[in-house]
Amino acid sequence: MRTPPCVLPDISPSRGEPDISPSRGEIGCAVDGAPLAAMEIGEGQGVVQSPPKRGKCPAGQRGARGNACIGGLVGFLCFLFLPLAAFAADLPALTGRVVDNAGIIDAGTRAALTQKLADFEKNGSDQIVIATIPSLGGEEIEPYANRLFRFWKLGQAKENNGVLLLVAPNDRKMRIEVGYGLEGTLTDLHTKLIIENDMVPAFRAGDFSGGITKAVDDMIMVLEGNPEELEARGKRNEQAPVNSDELFFAVFITIWALIFFGSIALTVLPPIFGQKIGPGRYRWLGMTFEPGRRSSSSGGWSSGGGGWSSGGGGGGGFSGGGGSSGGGGSSGSW
Amino acid sequence: MFAERLSLPCAIRNFPALLMMAFVLPLLAGCGYNTIPTAEENARAAWSEVLNQYQRRADLIPNLVETVKGYASHEKDTLNAVVEARAKATQITVTPDTLKDPEALKKFQDAQAGLTGALSRLIAVSENYPDLKANQNFLALQAQLEGTENRIAVARRDYIQAVRDYNLTLRTFPSVLWATFWFRGNEPFANFTVEEDKMQVPKVDFGTSTKQGG
Repeated sequence: MRTPPCVLPDISPSRGEPDISPSRGEIGCAVDGAPLAAMEIGEGQGVVQSPPKRGKCPAGQRGARGNACIGGLVGFLCFLFLPLAAFAADLPALTGRVVDNAGIIDAGTRAALTQKLADFEKNGSDQIVIATIPSLGGEEIEPYANRLFRFWKLGQAKENNGVLLLVAPNDRKMRIEVGYGLEGTLTDLHTKLIIENDMVPAFRAGDFSGGITKAVDDMIMVLEGNPEELEARGKRNEQAPVNSDELFFAVFITIWALIFFGSIALTVLPPIFGQKIGPGRYRWLGMTFEPGRRSSSSGGWSSGGGGWSSGGGGGGGFSGGGGSSGGGGSSGSW
Repeated sequence: MFAERLSLPCAIRNFPALLMMAFVLPLLAGCGYNTIPTAEENARAAWSEVLNQYQRRADLIPNLVETVKGYASHEKDTLNAVVEARAKATQITVTPDTLKDPEALKKFQDAQAGLTGALSRLIAVSENYPDLKANQNFLALQAQLEGTENRIAVARRDYIQAVRDYNLTLRTFPSVLWATFWFRGNEPFANFTVEEDKMQVPKVDFGTSTKQGG
């Protein structure tokens, strides 16, 4: 139960950065304990008080505490992302692979593009998203596209393989923003040529759907031009749906903890809380326990693990994989 | 006698405190000790990215100058200006250790701004040579140069953000305690400033002055 509020700041600032010196940290604390005495005492109480509570907690409340823990974690995560959401209030929401806020793509094309881009992502995990916005609101298209790209987190987190095609019809500007990971494949020159040769002529003729479709086809062609790399990316990100590693880890830890602590609890708790009904036999929560022997009545416990696995998987819609962009790609106007 | 009677209860009374310290001290590491080093390393990493992108631009220039020379060899002044500005800009490097010095950063920024100016004059001049503009190599270099300029802008923005975060940790409440008691050597990093010529509103004149760089 080492979750006093004190630990939280540790998680938030160290976004993926290597932990600098945990051992030095302890030294710093030891030397520096005096000025922070007030904080120490506050936390100390939290830590010291919790073990007796845990000991007296009947098994029924154990689950409730676990739920409270998960609830707290979810709440904390919400809190973590709150400032980000507030900051990006002026940016459009990622409603799908084609976010046509300017309304320049016809419905048929939109469906076809969505299908095409979904298929392409299945192939190599690259995320291409098309966005149209009526106006940039006076901002240059380059910083706006970069902001939007980072807000939507296009591409897989480890690969940064996202592409954002942004069109602002009122400003007559477009940009292809390429994530870090694809800068080597879909180079600035490629994007420049795609803009100048595919999009500009079509846009000048007023054919937005046609120009965008052509641009997407060519981008996919360029990205598929290196099939081995594409396949390797796809393989690396096969179980891409929402951090499956962590989910697996959580399930594993839960099952392990249930087996480990469950067996201890089964031997320790019934003699304390249960009713003695014979030598070495106790009746507790409607079940009979025989801590001395191998008990077979522990089947009810294993069902507890199921609740975890269903919790993390519910990501139906399309969302960015956590990628970022450093300003690759190019822009154009018509 | 008194001492004996006192010392034993004292040890017993202190034992829970010691136990508490043993548990709490490792946790204290999570109480913000890492905040300042983390922010500092983030700022340094952001600075490395800035240098990386400036270097990338410097690497593009020899190729660009050669290509332009092939079509516009008599634009000697403009070409030389670019070469000189590049030499000057590559001479001045700001290592992460000198980031605390605003003067060094300003020198670096001035040199890079000089190169930016020389480059934009070169691109403007090349507009006068249709053959050059149609050259595939030049087109590629121009696209890369544009992309690099944008990457520089993004890297600078990230650096500004990272330095702001770092400087804030040195001055705002929970972490300022660590800064005063432990990280005394940490100083705020210098940040980019808008050059004075960019703060003025650009003047617009229609044809009264000669063509830029021509």
